[in-house]
Amino acid sequence: MSDHTREPEPTPACEEPQCGSRRTFIQAAGMAAVAAALTGCKNLSTEEFLQHNFRELSKDELKEIIARLEKEYAAKFGKKVTVSNTPPLPGVVFGYALDLSRCIGCRRCVYACVKENNQSRDPQIQWIRVLQMDKEEGVNVLHADPYYNPPEVPQEGHFYMPVQCHQCKNPPCVKVCPVKATWQEPDGITVVDYNWCIGCRYCMAACPYGARRFNWGEPHLPVEDLNPVTEYLGNRPRSKGVVEKCTFCIQRTRKGLYPACVEACPTGTRKFGNLLDPGSEIRYVIENKRVFLFKEDLNTQPKFFYFYGV
Amino acid sequence: MVVVSRGVGLGRHARTATTVLALLLASSALRAQTPAPAPTAQTGGGKEAPGEVDPKQIQVPPPPFTEGIFPCTQCHDGKTVKLNTTRRKLVDMHDDIVLKHGPENRWCLDCHSAEHRDQLHLVDGTLIDFSRSFVLCGQCHGDKYRDWKVGVHGKRTGHWNGEKQYLLCVNCHNPHSPHFKPLKPLPPPTKPSDIEAYQGGKP
Repeated sequence: MSDHTREPEPTPACEEPQCGSRRTFIQAAGMAAVAAALTGCKNLSTEEFLQHNFRELSKDELKEIIARLEKEYAAKFGKKVTVSNTPPLPGVVFGYALDLSRCIGCRRCVYACVKENNQSRDPQIQWIRVLQMDKEEGVNVLHADPYYNPPEVPQEGHFYMPVQCHQCKNPPCVKVCPVKATWQEPDGITVVDYNWCIGCRYCMAACPYGARRFNWGEPHLPVEDLNPVTEYLGNRPRSKGVVEKCTFCIQRTRKGLYPACVEACPTGTRKFGNLLDPGSEIRYVIENKRVFLFKEDLNTQPKFFYFYGV
Repeated sequence: MVVVSRGVGLGRHARTATTVLALLLASSALRAQTPAPAPTAQTGGGKEAPGEVDPKQIQVPPPPFTEGIFPCTQCHDGKTVKLNTTRRKLVDMHDDIVLKHGPENRWCLDCHSAEHRDQLHLVDGTLIDFSRSFVLCGQCHGDKYRDWKVGVHGKRTGHWNGEKQYLLCVNCHNPHSPHFKPLKPLPPPTKPSDIEAYQGGKP
């Protein structure tokens, strides 16, 4: 991938205007041939192969890419899909709080998330994992059961702890990515450029919360389940071989809406807001309730807080 | 500063209200000392300090009445059904209601007004519409009422930085038997051993 140096190179001085264009043409043709040979993949277009990292794209390039993606998705799903690139709101850092005294483990959040974020239905991908814990053990992942399935929840002697991306301020997953395909946005959300991810899964090994998911197979998303309102760094349909994760519903929250899991929770367990706004619910929770961070000793500095509301 | 518990006459509640007020004052004093944060984006919901939300401005959905039951004066008009304030087991009507809320001796007219049937009443006799029943619940559950007003107890939907929709206490808790009812959980995740991802998953 040495030809992917992204520093803007000064164009070689050339007197004739045609000279540059011919050279560009030959370069592009060569690259395309290389791309076709390297990928050997029917699904990957030359444009996609030659696409740069999201953060190095100019406005025009991004516009072109988004137009191409919208066209590809429309062809794949036979339905209009919008891909937007909503910028982060200034003066906003998102925070999340989850009330362990209220969660009953009904998994409504898990499926609301899947519906909103266009996860693959088969093979199944879910960003939220609800752990059933023993009350006697407390928060002890050695006694966590994610596969509980009683007729009714909550079960006697247990409490429930949903785990998803903690949007760490010091994210180990970002640190280990060899190609910088994942990074933290100014509003604190760690995102993935699905077109730049090489699928090495270092980030999954680095994440202490098990919050990242890998598309081991070609994702299957029935058209009737597709959410056509998508975000480039969020819920747009993914392809095989890339990593994905919770983005605090970036496509909703950057427009001021609550994340889908917050709206789906029947017990009001989930709280969301701007950490920089002293009047927000999230600040009230942090300032007035008993709050703890999961695996605080790892110094990941999560922006996801567990608290006891009672 | 909005007085937290309005029209509550009992000493215990008055004390709670005073404590809450004191806490609020203390917290706002603390906030005044901290340096002003960077200018935030729209903070529609955040302009008021916690606890200062005026319950009158809270938009709530209509109470979840049993169909056809409201207004109560359809039957309780003083003629069709005569007023009877004797504590008794109801037989002909409302016998489906199992009262499992607080002490044993609690009954209908502790919350429902006998004279104004389409309204509820507080301990001191103040009449309250069904759409503002949270004030009634807040008489005993002051801590929950406080948390609900700032959006920490119960669910808020809508915009984190703007207009929000609240729920009434009774939208989640049946007032006659308020314990949150158990739910059937949605299916558990597929175990890794059961995922068929080879060769691109199932066709």
